[in-house]
Amino acid sequence: MIRARQLGRRFGDKRVLAGIDFAVRPGDFVLVTGPNGSGKTTLLRLCAGLAAPTSGELELELDRAEIGFLGHEPLVYRELTALENLDLFGRLYRVPERRERIGMLLERFGLWEDRCERAGAFSRGMLQRLALCRTLLHEPTLLLLDEPFNALDQEGAALLERELAELRAERTFLVATHEPERLGALASGRLALA
Amino acid sequence: MSYLVDVATLARKDLRLELRARDTVPAMLLFVVSALVIFHFALPEESSGPAAVGLLWIAILFTALLGLGRAFMAEREQGLLDGLVLAPCDRSAIWLGKTLSTLVFLLLVEAIALPAFALFFDGSRIGPAAIAGVLLADLGIATVGTLLAAMASASRARELLLPLLFLPVVIPLLVGGVGAAVEPDPARYLGFLGLYDLIFAILSWASFEYVVTE
Repeated sequence: MIRARQLGRRFGDKRVLAGIDFAVRPGDFVLVTGPNGSGKTTLLRLCAGLAAPTSGELELELDRAEIGFLGHEPLVYRELTALENLDLFGRLYRVPERRERIGMLLERFGLWEDRCERAGAFSRGMLQRLALCRTLLHEPTLLLLDEPFNALDQEGAALLERELAELRAERTFLVATHEPERLGALASGRLALA
Repeated sequence: MSYLVDVATLARKDLRLELRARDTVPAMLLFVVSALVIFHFALPEESSGPAAVGLLWIAILFTALLGLGRAFMAEREQGLLDGLVLAPCDRSAIWLGKTLSTLVFLLLVEAIALPAFALFFDGSRIGPAAIAGVLLADLGIATVGTLLAAMASASRARELLLPLLFLPVVIPLLVGGVGAAVEPDPARYLGFLGLYDLIFAILSWASFEYVVTE
């Protein structure tokens, strides 16, 4: 599904990723670990097609519609409500039975009562839940998750753990995290960046 | 067909954002009316009508620049361009949606600015040819301006970069717009504006993908 050979990325003089090799097969759950600045976010952005490598090769056997990306930013419009945000992305991703799918996700992530609130009024944790709804909305085959537990409270984190466990059998994951022990039971491999 | 649905979805989103935040059109309105008031007092009474038309066009271009500077504000501040670029729609739909919303903002502002110009200056200058010139120039401003605004939004020096890119490129629109309003044969200028719109719309449509991706 993903194959990287001598993958490298520079920002000016700074080398963020230095010639890494890895492969992710369908059904894998790969944890990406490493200290701050080791290139975890950059690696996920490369895999999502949001950045281009400066050296090496990256092969991805998927098109954009099959990728779900959760980054540091929630990627939702603060002036739109939770419902309007998900409706916007649902339309762009041509999600079948969009309204039902949005309602189900909002219920599952505990945002149904706040569906008509503007995202700008949400707490950081609620924004992260909304971002997870956006990421899962189109039922992507490959999930690229960057610190998915960020800002989530205990209840939200437990909810996400359950969700990931449910999706584990059907999806492929590349998850950057500082808490690998949290997802250790689900992981099939680990990519440690220096 | 799905391309047009994506464009409509994205344009509607921008209009809804503006309805909620009201941070672009009111600023543009305030700017254009203030500029016309200042020009009214700055221009000597014995000055010619064409000079006033020239000032109107300066006001329109700088007002458009103000709006374009805010066109990608939400996407830039919240990293949302990534979210749009990741979506499986054709990336030029992002450009076309933004172009349409920019065009609507410009038309709204000009609906106030043109009567204000007629009030402060020689109203007889705002005839059908002048209005046709404004509409055609709006198309050019929105198409090329949206592309340049996307380019500038990726830069740290965007407030400087956008005028540097935008103003030289729209000089032909200024020439065409003023010419349509003051020359006895406006058709030549309107045709020129139409040709400019067509060429820059195609160029912007084709190159937007390279602006928003690495």
